[in-house]
Amino acid sequence: MPKLKMALYWAASCGGCDVAVLDINEKILDVAELADIVLWPIAMDFKYHHVEAMDEGSIDVCLFNGSVRNTEQEKIAKLLRQKSKVMVAFGSCACFGGIPALANFINRDLAFERAYVEAPTNANAERVFPQTLTKVAEGELELPEFWDTVLALDQVVAVEYYVPGCPPPVDLILKVVNALATNSLPPPGSVIAAEKTLCDECPRTKEEKKITKIYRPHEIIPDPEKCLLEQGIICMGPATRGGCGARCIEANMPCRGCFGPPAGVQDQGAKMLSALASIYEVKDEAEIARMIEEVKDPAGTFYRFGMSTSMLKRKRM
Amino acid sequence: MSFEPKIVGFCCNWCSYRGADMAGTARIKSAPNVRIVRVMCSGRVDPVFVLKAFEQGADGVLILGCHPGDCHYVEGNYKTARRVPLLKKMLDQLGIEDERVRLDWVSASEGARFASIVNEMTAKVKELGPFRANEGG
Repeated sequence: MPKLKMALYWAASCGGCDVAVLDINEKILDVAELADIVLWPIAMDFKYHHVEAMDEGSIDVCLFNGSVRNTEQEKIAKLLRQKSKVMVAFGSCACFGGIPALANFINRDLAFERAYVEAPTNANAERVFPQTLTKVAEGELELPEFWDTVLALDQVVAVEYYVPGCPPPVDLILKVVNALATNSLPPPGSVIAAEKTLCDECPRTKEEKKITKIYRPHEIIPDPEKCLLEQGIICMGPATRGGCGARCIEANMPCRGCFGPPAGVQDQGAKMLSALASIYEVKDEAEIARMIEEVKDPAGTFYRFGMSTSMLKRKRM
Repeated sequence: MSFEPKIVGFCCNWCSYRGADMAGTARIKSAPNVRIVRVMCSGRVDPVFVLKAFEQGADGVLILGCHPGDCHYVEGNYKTARRVPLLKKMLDQLGIEDERVRLDWVSASEGARFASIVNEMTAKVKELGPFRANEGG
């Protein structure tokens, strides 16, 4: 079998997904055995024009991490789509918008104001902001245009597979690599993870869920054996796809929802909100008001990784 | 032409839907803007339904259930009483005005109350104007 051609790309991301690829340790050698890497900005020196020169469909698989929030990322996503047979949304940002999509609660102007004026390390009294075109003595300088709304990869180009996780765990990455090696990929559209919720695979003891107070993780030392939600900690397990191996739960931390909604669920945040309000056992108005107060940031908590693909997608401004 | 809001009204089978019926049989006039969806209990109203209504072009969502303590399923409306305020806090973060979602209680005998809630809600949403989905880009 000829070697596969593989591209890895990062758009709006932190680099953690690329590091996760290296976390497969010595198996990376199997990947090198299996595939020639044709683009990997974090690790290798190929340029965009190398990809542009390739024939359509000549890349066998593209692992694309990061969400899409500017015109450069959009352009490269479209370019890689054109050149790749299989496009994989790799990591929570590419799948659902991820942490960068929390910027969907603001817009470009507010993001720039924060980043270039308000942030304490700035000294920008002249209020200089990045421009798409700047004229200097030597000619014109160009920057990509930054968008108001952060998008998931499949809101920009068609995607065959989704590998969720912040970052995707090693066993799921290997599953993808093995499927590629043995030519046994699942039907297009599949999410490479479990179908059911995290609660389904969570090792903790679960009893009847009834709470009367919500604790933020720093306010309580949780019992390591008992369901975190039953201890009053907002754990996204009931509204989150399993398959992660309950990594956070094992570290006595609640699920934050990075695997996105389970199969068949359209809106992770609304489902979690519903679950949480259902188990909070109070009836009178004052107590309900206390519950509302205890959930400090419902939208940010319930859509921490999923703003782009949520039903409302962004804040109306 | 004046703006006529589209409001989706979720009414529970046992109290508020009967209240709406009562308003009809008693010939009490009310605004025609509420499209009623009958559900077995206000507790059946998944927050997803509310988002979906907005996504599909509703300008407001009205949720009506049995008065607290009167739920046919004992606890259903208490769940709603907790979900809706939490949902409204979240919708506020997403830039959706408080008045676009309303939760209230109407019993089977309260036809007049049903009509007045519908009228109030319609007037409020009319003031707010149409709901625009913000797609961004």
